[in-house]
Amino acid sequence: MTQHQNHHGGRLERGGRLDRDQPIGFTIDGTALTGYAGDTLASALVANGRLRVGDSIYLRRPRGVLSAGVEEPNAFVRVNGEHNESMLPATTLELRDGLDVTLLDGIGVLDDRPDRNEYDKMHVHADVAVIGSGPAGLAAAKEAASGGARVVLFEQDFELGGSLLSDPTITVADQGALDYVASVRAELEAAPEVTVLTRTCVFGSYDNNFLVALEKRDDVASAEGGVSRQRLWHVTAGQVVLAVGAFERPIVFSDNDVPGVMLASAVKTYVERWAALPGRDVVLFTTNDSAYETARCLTKAGATVTVIDARPEVKAATSAQEGARRAGLTVRTASAVVGIEGSEGVTGAFVASIDDAGQLAGDAELIACDLVAVSGGWTPNVSLHSQRQGQLAWDDVLSGFVPSAGVKNQFVVGAGNGTYDTDDCLIEGARAGRGAAAAAGFPASSSADGGDAVAESAEVWRARQHRAAGTVRPLWAVPAPDGSLDTHFVDPHRDNTAADVLRATGAGMRSVEHVKRYTSISTGIDQGKIGGVNTIGLLTQLLSGNDTKAIPSGQPGQDAADAVELTASGQPARRPTPGTIGTTTFRAPFTPVAFTALAGRGRGALFDAARTSPAHSWHVEHGARFEDVGQWKRPWFYPQEGEDMDAAVARECRAAREGVAFMDATTLGKIEIRGADAPEFLNRMYTNPFLKLPVGKGRYGVMCTVSGMVFDDGVTLRLADDRFFMTTTTGGAAKVLDWLEEWSQTEWPELDVTLSSVTEQWSTVAVVGPRSREVIAKLAPDLDVSKEGFGFMEFRETTLASGIDARVCRITFSGELAYEINVPRWYGLKVWEDVAAAGEEFDITPYGTETMHVLRAEKAFPIVGQETDGTVTPHDLGMDWVVSKTKEFIGKRSFSRAAFTEPGRKQLVSVLPLDHTLRLPEGAQLVEPDALGDYTGEGLPTAPIAMVGFVTSSYHSQALGRSFALALVKDGPTRVGQTLLASFGGKFAEVEVREPVLYDKEGARRDG
Amino acid sequence: MMVIPCPFCGPRNETEYTYGGQAHVAYPENPDALTDEQWAQFLFYRDNPRGSYAERWQHSAGCRKWFNAVRNTHTYEITHVYRLDQARPDGLPKAPLATKEVGA
Repeated sequence: MTQHQNHHGGRLERGGRLDRDQPIGFTIDGTALTGYAGDTLASALVANGRLRVGDSIYLRRPRGVLSAGVEEPNAFVRVNGEHNESMLPATTLELRDGLDVTLLDGIGVLDDRPDRNEYDKMHVHADVAVIGSGPAGLAAAKEAASGGARVVLFEQDFELGGSLLSDPTITVADQGALDYVASVRAELEAAPEVTVLTRTCVFGSYDNNFLVALEKRDDVASAEGGVSRQRLWHVTAGQVVLAVGAFERPIVFSDNDVPGVMLASAVKTYVERWAALPGRDVVLFTTNDSAYETARCLTKAGATVTVIDARPEVKAATSAQEGARRAGLTVRTASAVVGIEGSEGVTGAFVASIDDAGQLAGDAELIACDLVAVSGGWTPNVSLHSQRQGQLAWDDVLSGFVPSAGVKNQFVVGAGNGTYDTDDCLIEGARAGRGAAAAAGFPASSSADGGDAVAESAEVWRARQHRAAGTVRPLWAVPAPDGSLDTHFVDPHRDNTAADVLRATGAGMRSVEHVKRYTSISTGIDQGKIGGVNTIGLLTQLLSGNDTKAIPSGQPGQDAADAVELTASGQPARRPTPGTIGTTTFRAPFTPVAFTALAGRGRGALFDAARTSPAHSWHVEHGARFEDVGQWKRPWFYPQEGEDMDAAVARECRAAREGVAFMDATTLGKIEIRGADAPEFLNRMYTNPFLKLPVGKGRYGVMCTVSGMVFDDGVTLRLADDRFFMTTTTGGAAKVLDWLEEWSQTEWPELDVTLSSVTEQWSTVAVVGPRSREVIAKLAPDLDVSKEGFGFMEFRETTLASGIDARVCRITFSGELAYEINVPRWYGLKVWEDVAAAGEEFDITPYGTETMHVLRAEKAFPIVGQETDGTVTPHDLGMDWVVSKTKEFIGKRSFSRAAFTEPGRKQLVSVLPLDHTLRLPEGAQLVEPDALGDYTGEGLPTAPIAMVGFVTSSYHSQALGRSFALALVKDGPTRVGQTLLASFGGKFAEVEVREPVLYDKEGARRDG
Repeated sequence: MMVIPCPFCGPRNETEYTYGGQAHVAYPENPDALTDEQWAQFLFYRDNPRGSYAERWQHSAGCRKWFNAVRNTHTYEITHVYRLDQARPDGLPKAPLATKEVGA
């Protein structure tokens, strides 16, 4: 890319909001340049005579700085550093020392190196949120804060003031504009309940006045360590004042993207705020009065200006045209810029007269210039208003969509409401500030501003704004002498032209939403801020009234009245208006937000809470590999030197089946249930009876949803007549407590039941295997551990040899003789270590969740969430015995629905691969052996192949010396002995269907 | 983010609450007396109006109490909150399910 040096512009000797004592060095594409404190990257580039930025995204056309704000579609840079920021607009990038940037050609590439900066989140409730700190926003914040309300003022720029920063010479509230800004700022910062946030863009507005804003803090983060670089603010506001300004529209003409074509308001901002002159010989092309202010400031800065005004001659002596002529400018009316000379930079503008219909009315004349400032009119920034489904209406006089009906508890003021006169912005802002403060319960104290002295009706107010705005003659597309529309750029970032819009309508697109998606207009980084309304305007020229009948209703800003009809005489209907068409939908974010900011500190270890048992440190020291179960870190297996997972699990399984092993079962959910009606409550919650469970015993229970599906399971102990101790699955603890509370509170408030989660209060060690009795006898010398003295599903309160009180249960999840020792969590690690020591002589082996899974699967104990998926009943699991036929319980009625009793339900079986070494993938589909037809596993079958089931669990069994799996198979129990095909990854394997329980079917090992 | 006024704790952020679906859907007195279709109606069918809707919430990260709220499903405005033992505010459209005699 060749660098076009704009040799005409540069830094003015005086003026601007700059600290000229503080030069700032920066680098762009390897070239060292200098700006001043107060510059943006874009203003520093303009001051260095560089309007030319990267090329366009697809057509690779040279591009230049177009704007001075968040709407910029061209000037994007990568900020180089330890972690590159992939794509930022130069127009909002605050210049800082050592900034190193690379110009981009319309698109950035994410840096795959980690971003090590810190990002924070803030959560705030405010009485009044004021968004925008131009004259309307400042007036609103001042009034809103005067009565003591908690006010947050958001400003996306690094300076307060908004448009006043570009109008430093005007008088505001009897002071200089910048003095006014400073005095209001001082007043706000002195108020104890007010927060002023600069560099903070509200990018999302949601129900209930919930606002999300991004605060950029590079200025402090780079200077001081330990300060987060950006903060995401979550703000709930009682009242919201939107004072968010307006965007100037470019004009769509041939080659309107050549570097040196710039928005007229941006030219003024560069000159007034940054003393940076974008050009010395300027053609100013306008459709309205606002650009004459740019002509004035350019002239003052020493530039020559030729005004090309699309509007016809206005004879009144007070007109802007006459004023400019009196100031010595050349003003050409009823004319347009119809083309640009130059490609790397503007060297001239072709100007021609236009007629009342906007068609060319004469030959084009070349005017030499180095800058073309354009103003196609103004578009109120309605994004945040519209995100809340605030109504819009097209205002023909203002030539823009303006908010027509408010959002509850919100006020729209200033240019964002089509109020362009600064004094009126102050009045409107103050009025809203007072209204918001009053609504929030903190009425404004009396103010010298007399902000609400004028109280016109909405109509009178609007008429006043119409007079203030003057007349606007929108030119949606200026014809080129050669008739082409190929370089009439509508959306420069997306490289979309008027020709593209024409192609969209030619293809039958009528709705602006369809045109947007057909062309990709408004889908770029500026999200339609530059091209949105110009596209709608173009559609009014390309569509006829007849076409508009095909425009679907319901677009924001769309006129309620029906589209224009063909006249009765068959004459062509008049064109639709922008109001007939409406806008596309405005969505968050208003400006781009990095994912790192959204993530905040929730990265890595802080992404989610990690729960560990008291013995976690022991597991780590003993080399456990961990598995996430819910939020818990559970030991998965404990590999020894040279062992892989299979070897470790085989060793752990052998220990549990042949000797003794122990497992940390602390993670099981635990709930205490107390109250006189606790037995009745449990009896209704579980499918099996609990009324007569004796104190001192436990019972396995299954809970179902109302629709009869297995919800959770576990063993519940009866501690006393009115006190139970329930265990739940590790992952189900929270939802089971929710479920119990819901029924207790909403359906059976008459039952005396109190529920407490005690998961964190208890630590549990499972001691498992034929020799577990000997280990428990050593640990708990007071306990009669004999088969007769301590039966299955019983529990005992005892004091361990260590002096620690424990509750020991005889429960098994492996089929082996097993005990569970429950102790207060505080002693969890100590008791775990004591078990390890007591078991040492028996070669006690720690085991993890993988071995637990193998052992329980050999016994066909289902795991909720693995063998079940919300469509599985207890009967499907072969657990008819757990479902009472006599009592009422949750889910019971559903079991008699036809769908539950008809054949075809998937039911639990085991499946054995004929190849004993093959471990089927969990989830593998099972089909009939002859169902494949000619399908070989390559590609997709010609017709769907009916599946009869799928594998839910699959392991290698140490006890059986082979692989095995559990599966849910249609009418599974009737298929025992049959052969099915398992299908996975394009492969097939024969499996034999068997009854679920494969090991110790008679339960002989349970009592040791 | 809605701010939901818990009848017991006062206004709190929506993130503290769990949604519980339509309110005033009574559990049938005698489920066995229902046809399969009536039972399925109770299990699976809920109203989905545009406008005022009485629904259940639990202040799950607060007092853990269940309560009822009337929310406008279009504007998300919550106009009433009331305890489970309080009557539904007058003047609200009745949920058809709640008034239908499912068990009859």
